[in-house]
Amino acid sequence: MPRNGSREGSAFHGLGVVTLKELSDHFASARMRVLEWLVVLVALAAVYGAIQQIRAVTAEDPFLFLRLFTTAREPLPSFTAFLGFLVPLMAIGLGFDAVNGEHNRRTLSRILSQPIYRDALLFGKFLAGMATMSISLVALWLLVIGLGLITLGVPPGGEEMGRALCFLLVTIAYAGVWLALAMLFSVTFRSPATAALVTLGLWLFVTLIWPALAPAIAQALLPNGDEATLVITAQALSRLSPSTLYAESVLAILHPATRSLGPVYVSQLQGALMGSPLPLWDSLMVAWPQIVGLIAGSIILFVGGYVAFQRQEVRA
Amino acid sequence: MNAPTPNPVTANGQPHLGNVIEAKGLTKRYGETIAVNDITFNVGAGEIFGLLGPNGAGKTTTILMLLGLSDISAGQARVFGHDPMRDPLSVKRRVGYLPDTVGFYDNLSAADNLHYTARLMGMAREERFRKIAAALNRVGLSEVANKKVGAFSRGMRQRLGLAEIVMKDARIAILDEPTNGLDPQASLELLELIRGFKADGISVVISSHLLDRVQSICDRVALFNAGRIALLGTVGELGRQVLGGGYAVEVEADGGVNLAKRLSALPGVRHVSEPAAGRFRIVCDSDLRAEAAGEVVAGGGRLTQLSLDRPSLETIYTRYFQTAQSPNQDASREVPHAA
Repeated sequence: MPRNGSREGSAFHGLGVVTLKELSDHFASARMRVLEWLVVLVALAAVYGAIQQIRAVTAEDPFLFLRLFTTAREPLPSFTAFLGFLVPLMAIGLGFDAVNGEHNRRTLSRILSQPIYRDALLFGKFLAGMATMSISLVALWLLVIGLGLITLGVPPGGEEMGRALCFLLVTIAYAGVWLALAMLFSVTFRSPATAALVTLGLWLFVTLIWPALAPAIAQALLPNGDEATLVITAQALSRLSPSTLYAESVLAILHPATRSLGPVYVSQLQGALMGSPLPLWDSLMVAWPQIVGLIAGSIILFVGGYVAFQRQEVRA
Repeated sequence: MNAPTPNPVTANGQPHLGNVIEAKGLTKRYGETIAVNDITFNVGAGEIFGLLGPNGAGKTTTILMLLGLSDISAGQARVFGHDPMRDPLSVKRRVGYLPDTVGFYDNLSAADNLHYTARLMGMAREERFRKIAAALNRVGLSEVANKKVGAFSRGMRQRLGLAEIVMKDARIAILDEPTNGLDPQASLELLELIRGFKADGISVVISSHLLDRVQSICDRVALFNAGRIALLGTVGELGRQVLGGGYAVEVEADGGVNLAKRLSALPGVRHVSEPAAGRFRIVCDSDLRAEAAGEVVAGGGRLTQLSLDRPSLETIYTRYFQTAQSPNQDASREVPHAA
């Protein structure tokens, strides 16, 4: 693709065609069957676990419906924790062979010799992946809410629905990060198996290892730092992981009593009503940096993949 | 945006009328290595132009630069007067490309694969159905139009690739190693289809390392070697240039007087040799079989055999590089590819 001088014609010519084709590929693929079953099973397991637990402990919670998402019952994780695993797996599953698959099927040069730019191909694939993820997640979300309505017998309030909707949108943004990362590696690694392994490895690292490593790194960086600085540094480091950002934004959105996601000084608590819920807007403001971080992360990763793809030679 | 110009040859920039592709000093560097080194050639309208040479000589890279799929490091290319770097869409709208070992989506049928590319071209639904049916019919794939491509043989895939070019109404077909890996029957069928392109007025650029297979259909050829065009012209011209004559006629005769001298006297004969008694090899500028036969009979001989060796590209190629490389003893580096 030319890098010097301007190009003529729209970069998005053919975008819709690519998106629809990829979408129909996704829907017809075996991966989608697996995804559908995962969605149903996760919804059932999460709601079952949550209902059992809610019945056992709840007295009066103004946000009873949200507890459906956050309550866990051993040995099952909560719905949000399920999603924290499921969403990256789904996104990686959809994106790991996006570009190298075309290479290996030897369709890439034939498609790119049609009157479209590379932009349309990559962006179309990303949009199709996002649409597939969104459809699955919306189905999952509706399933959980529907099951909750039946089993709890309590209708959710307006604010609860608002929070649940924000939670859904944040989850989709989180999916975008992993999809963009999987696509970036599908450009840089010629073998889909390598791309999948590297993405999964990175996912394990940033989700499980990095948060645990962050305090140690903070300690090493600031051997003489006081405790508050260490905590703040460790937290900042751990926020490089999209999993941390997602967990924190979900915490703020689904637990209305969350007032801050960082350390709080006693002086800041003066006059605060402990445990009283924040309005939805304020909760969103608490999670806003995390949400923006997730969106920015997916954009940066997508741009990375885009640049790599533009510079790549199409010949096998 | 810029709509497709109705008549591509008179599109902006107006090249020398009749040339659909013009490459001037085209060069491609990958870091230190030079894949294509300062090559210049033109392809005329309705011509079949062969890019021939061993693997790795720069043929595919040249093609990708012409299509705007690879950056041009230096020099310039014009396809219908369009710069593939600046205006790749205009180029790609008029050029059909069949990559080396073309791939299709195995999970889609032949027709659906074509529908996808037709939609990428922005073709309307009606037009799509009509053109795809016609294109598949032309390459003989109508009966398997709704079969998944996964079950197709290599030859069928190549033909499907040609169907895509037919459907596109391309004015130039660029075919990269189209007969590679095909059995003789399939490759003959494919070459027949390619001749059909020429009959429709489509210019064809065909790259191959199988010299003899392709020489039969090429009007002109460029012989590539190590990123440069070593020889350029019609097969006859190259034969004269390299072998010293275009045609070789073999004559066997019983008896006769002074046959060698008589044959040498024919107009257009460059050289006569007598490898065995009564057997003559005549290198000449045109097909002199009839005249040679006449001379043998006139000289009192009985003509027992008469045959014509067309100049073979492989002979030309091998001979050229033998002579070009004999001065320096570096011949092991680039062995001419014997197909």
